[in-house]
Amino acid sequence: MNRLRILDHVILLIGVFVMLAPVVLAFTTSSHDATTIHTQGLQFGWGGHFAETYEEVLTKKGGFTGEITGARMVLNSLILGIGFAVGKIVLSMMAAYAIVYFRFRLGTLFFWMIFTTLLLPLEVRILPSYAVMTQLGLTNTYTGLIVPLLASATGTFFFRQYFRAVPEEILEAARIDGAGAWKFFIDILVPLSRPMMAAIFIIMFVYGWNQYLWPTLITTDESLFTLVRGIKQILLVWIGSQIPDYNQAFALAILAMLPPVLVVIVFQRWFIKGLTESDK
Amino acid sequence: MKRVQFSSRWLPYAFLAPQMAIIFVFFYWPSAQAVQSSLYLEDPFGFGSTFVGLDNYADILSSREYLGIAKFTLVFTVLVTGLSLGLGLLLAVKADAVLRGAHAYKTLLIWVYAVAPPVAGLIGMMFFDQHIGPLVRLAGVFGWDMKVGLDYTDTAVAMITVSVWKQIPYNFIFFLSGLQSLPASVREAAFIDCRSGARRFATVTLPLLAPTAFFLLIMNMTYALFETFGVIDVIVKDKAANNPITLVYKVYMDGFRGNDLGGSSAQSVILMLIVFVLTIFQFRFIERRVHYG
Repeated sequence: MNRLRILDHVILLIGVFVMLAPVVLAFTTSSHDATTIHTQGLQFGWGGHFAETYEEVLTKKGGFTGEITGARMVLNSLILGIGFAVGKIVLSMMAAYAIVYFRFRLGTLFFWMIFTTLLLPLEVRILPSYAVMTQLGLTNTYTGLIVPLLASATGTFFFRQYFRAVPEEILEAARIDGAGAWKFFIDILVPLSRPMMAAIFIIMFVYGWNQYLWPTLITTDESLFTLVRGIKQILLVWIGSQIPDYNQAFALAILAMLPPVLVVIVFQRWFIKGLTESDK
Repeated sequence: MKRVQFSSRWLPYAFLAPQMAIIFVFFYWPSAQAVQSSLYLEDPFGFGSTFVGLDNYADILSSREYLGIAKFTLVFTVLVTGLSLGLGLLLAVKADAVLRGAHAYKTLLIWVYAVAPPVAGLIGMMFFDQHIGPLVRLAGVFGWDMKVGLDYTDTAVAMITVSVWKQIPYNFIFFLSGLQSLPASVREAAFIDCRSGARRFATVTLPLLAPTAFFLLIMNMTYALFETFGVIDVIVKDKAANNPITLVYKVYMDGFRGNDLGGSSAQSVILMLIVFVLTIFQFRFIERRVHYG
């Protein structure tokens, strides 16, 4: 029995090592200068160039074409992550409220129309979506970056499930007290959904922050680049130069993963709850 | 549906309006356009388009290049799905079994979930780099001269490794929460009846995990088909020439690099059909599970 437990721990430790080592190594390596990395490979130890590399990446204009700083990309990523998460929550709560709490003629039709969006991820309709955005003049705007990503029903379905589990008595009591549909939504249902809103926010923030394909297509103006979007540009510059800026590439990769990773670690319980309950 | 409901002539429509507007403009309209333009041949110089019926589809399905990519996509999907499911399950079973440090393992194992695919790809590229990559050196020890980005198989190995690495936490989370929601009474009964851990796992735990595993199977296939785009794009870097790519990447290359609107749209429609079939499959299964549940 005891030996089995040790084997379990060994397997888990190997797993942890495989999952963590690349990221830790990327982090420690980013604190060395480019020449050291180029001549001696990845570094396990701590180099003395942490502050200057990160400062350079965050503030120096350039890196790619001299237009954008790392700080600006962090800001754009935050706008995308938060904008997407908030938009998703607002839209889907409203839609789910209409579907669950109202009886109206086109209800079933709308339900199925929303339901269908689950079938096709954005990736399979990128070209026509891009064409539509061009016609609407929304390329290179924050609206164009965020809104099309909202066109899927994941959140709506989750809130629909959640609202259906809210006890009937609450609505009955509210109606006896004279609450109308709007008042019931704002004063009772929204506060009641707070834990679920938090869980959805975490999932959606990570999802939005990590978007790659859509931002790649829709933003060609570098002042709108997100960190994740900028990754390929980093690589393209990196291939061309004599001594590649490995340190800066690693630093940007670390910056690009830091916020979503922190969110997942800090809000772990909500994150797991949201993930395992919303995806079903 | 609730027993008690509001009835208002316009309020439900007002609540639904924003979602419906966005879905219509950014889902139904583009999807319809994909189907429509897949039936036309776009003039490369922008002088209108000609209706060609199903010619685009016929061209694609008879193209050896496309079929080769489809074959690679299949191999890639099977390997990424199989490996990340297997490793995720292994780690979840072990994390569920240990008493000490279970929580620490859980935290350490899940957070790679939050790393974006292209960022994972970037880190992967460093590890498979010709000059500084430790994995290339490791392969060299065994006499394997890896040339990621130049050699087809080596590039495929790098893509699969990074994609699996990125997906393990997702499967781990679901398997672990699946394991932890198994009723204690069932586990104890199984423990009394059967001393062999391996047999208990195969005959009791695994069947009870089947719904989770099936759900994950579909999710992993979708991941391998679509979300790995970032990994592939960072590793291939627009130079698809000798490198393996998946079907989604081909849609992107033809549509945005090759300006072949009709062909790219027809490919989109083919992918839509694949996803459609997968999803129907999934919903049917989930319905059955709810019935049993």
